[in-house]
Amino acid sequence: MKVENKVEKNWAGQRIVSPDYLLFEAPREKHFMTGSEAVKEAVKRASVDASVSYPITPQSEAAHLIGELWAEGYVGVYFRGENEFGVMSEVAGAAMAGGRVITTTSGPGTLRAFENFPMWSGTRIPVQLVLMARGVNSPLSIQPDNLEVDFLLDTGCMIWYAENVQELFDMIIAGFAVAEQPDVHVPIITAVDGFFVSHTREAIYLPPDDIALPPYNPYKSPMPVIDAEIPPGRFLRDPFVMKSNYISYATHASWQWEVRAAIERSRPYAKHYLRGLTEEFGNKDSDIVFVACGTAASQAKEAVRMLEETEGIQAKVVKLKTIRPFPYEELIEATKNAKYIFIPEFNVVGWLEREVRKALYKKSNAEIIGTPRVAGGMTMPKEIIVKEVLEYIK
Amino acid sequence: MERRLVSIRMPALGGQGAVTAAHIIATAADNEGYYAVSNPFFGAEKRMAPSESYARIGVVPIYDRGEVVYPDVIMVFHPQVITMGKSYTMPFYSGIKEKGLILINSEHDLLSKEDRELLESKNVYVLTRDFTKFAVEIAGTELATNMAMLGALFGAMGIVSKESIEEGIKARFLKKYVASGGTASLDSAIERKFKRKLELIEKNLATASAAYDLAREWAQSQGMEPFLPPPPLKEKVA
Repeated sequence: MKVENKVEKNWAGQRIVSPDYLLFEAPREKHFMTGSEAVKEAVKRASVDASVSYPITPQSEAAHLIGELWAEGYVGVYFRGENEFGVMSEVAGAAMAGGRVITTTSGPGTLRAFENFPMWSGTRIPVQLVLMARGVNSPLSIQPDNLEVDFLLDTGCMIWYAENVQELFDMIIAGFAVAEQPDVHVPIITAVDGFFVSHTREAIYLPPDDIALPPYNPYKSPMPVIDAEIPPGRFLRDPFVMKSNYISYATHASWQWEVRAAIERSRPYAKHYLRGLTEEFGNKDSDIVFVACGTAASQAKEAVRMLEETEGIQAKVVKLKTIRPFPYEELIEATKNAKYIFIPEFNVVGWLEREVRKALYKKSNAEIIGTPRVAGGMTMPKEIIVKEVLEYIK
Repeated sequence: MERRLVSIRMPALGGQGAVTAAHIIATAADNEGYYAVSNPFFGAEKRMAPSESYARIGVVPIYDRGEVVYPDVIMVFHPQVITMGKSYTMPFYSGIKEKGLILINSEHDLLSKEDRELLESKNVYVLTRDFTKFAVEIAGTELATNMAMLGALFGAMGIVSKESIEEGIKARFLKKYVASGGTASLDSAIERKFKRKLELIEKNLATASAAYDLAREWAQSQGMEPFLPPPPLKEKVA
């Protein structure tokens, strides 16, 4: 019998490959591009069914570029929503109907859309939101500030934080691979700092663009996908609590726990596709530790180099790649020798400091110092970080 | 201590092309084999409002992001940066490092006696030229001011070749480039002016090249050393 060696392709004509091949094995070439352009390159290789956009700085270029992919035949459906609330509702509809969906927003857009994020997780749709963090009004700011991530922490969505253009590309691909696991199947928010990543142009290594992720298989979803048998909106219109009896409340409560449990179950997959939930930089044995995410980790890396060069002081950075799930074990292990833990952040409230304190409560004797903290789009120069460190350790 | 990273701050006015300049500078430096990052930082984009861009070039990986608070190089794109304080920092040279470089686009010397004394105490090199007039004479448009400024930057730093600058300019105007609405309309305006894109590139290259020569000669007359050790990387962009 003659067996044909048929190469499977998606509707855009790209050869379908496994996430492992796309992320780890495919040969990569050097390019020089912005974070917004990296979003386009990731979506291009992700067999995305639908995307809905709405303009807001600094994510407008990324949203616009996904539209170009639609025009080029890589994305199935694309349109501009009436506002961010509409966008996040419309992508939910597309996901419930069985599509792989991605969208982008920033700052005030996130807040306007907010009701939808816990709805996403409660309906167990693996939507991906690329969040390009910006200051939250008022007064008006368009600059980088990640206060909005604090609001998102307990919506039941996974939250990952990319440091640079390269990591953003890889995380978007990995995000689909993890969020769509049948035993995970919750939304994924891939966050980056606006401007510092979205508008920054730097070197990036990309696999070829004629290969792509396998299309999403909606019949692996833990929730029934809308089809000829299942009408849309059944789950939202007819929830348990409408029955107003004991078992309905218990079911609602356990549903909430189950969403959180699903995030916990994402750990092994995220560890695999992100090569660990944390990353260390500097002298591993150092007792001065920075815990940070996003570009605050970049600034801390510069501070580690400067402390070594100008003061002869050894320090290290523990970068958190995932915030939900929170990397408890990794953090406890990485800070076991710490005397001082500094948490540099780009927001006014210090949400990461709060998370780290909670994680290390009765697990570490280190002094935990939530500094430096800058907000409203200010920059965090390494010189300032070093100055703060020297003040505390002397 | 030998420099391993050059941080460049470009205070300009909206519409002058400082964001474009930063991208071309980083692309050219990357092409030469340095680590390079460009990063614009504008407010609500408006013509004539303050707008700043930053580029960083190094012989080690660069993690630093955001505003350049302690620059090695400052490129003042417009006299109003100094005369009207259209800058994110006051004075415009705030944070300048020892043996730094300042390029000022102005037909007049805008430094006060105090400015000059402070900059001399830090051994900062200052080159004031009317780069806009330079652009008008060579390219026939003041919109090429940014090309003159970036040519002068590389001429003075002496680390990036004209070939790499050419690659940077071509990457900006020949490859598909993503720009905001305002930048896209400026692009189409200048394309109409030059009728053909290649003519635009030729004029831009000529402007950058002439400014490079001018600044190279000036840097040699000042006894300036190259700003960085030779480039560490050889890999080319696809």
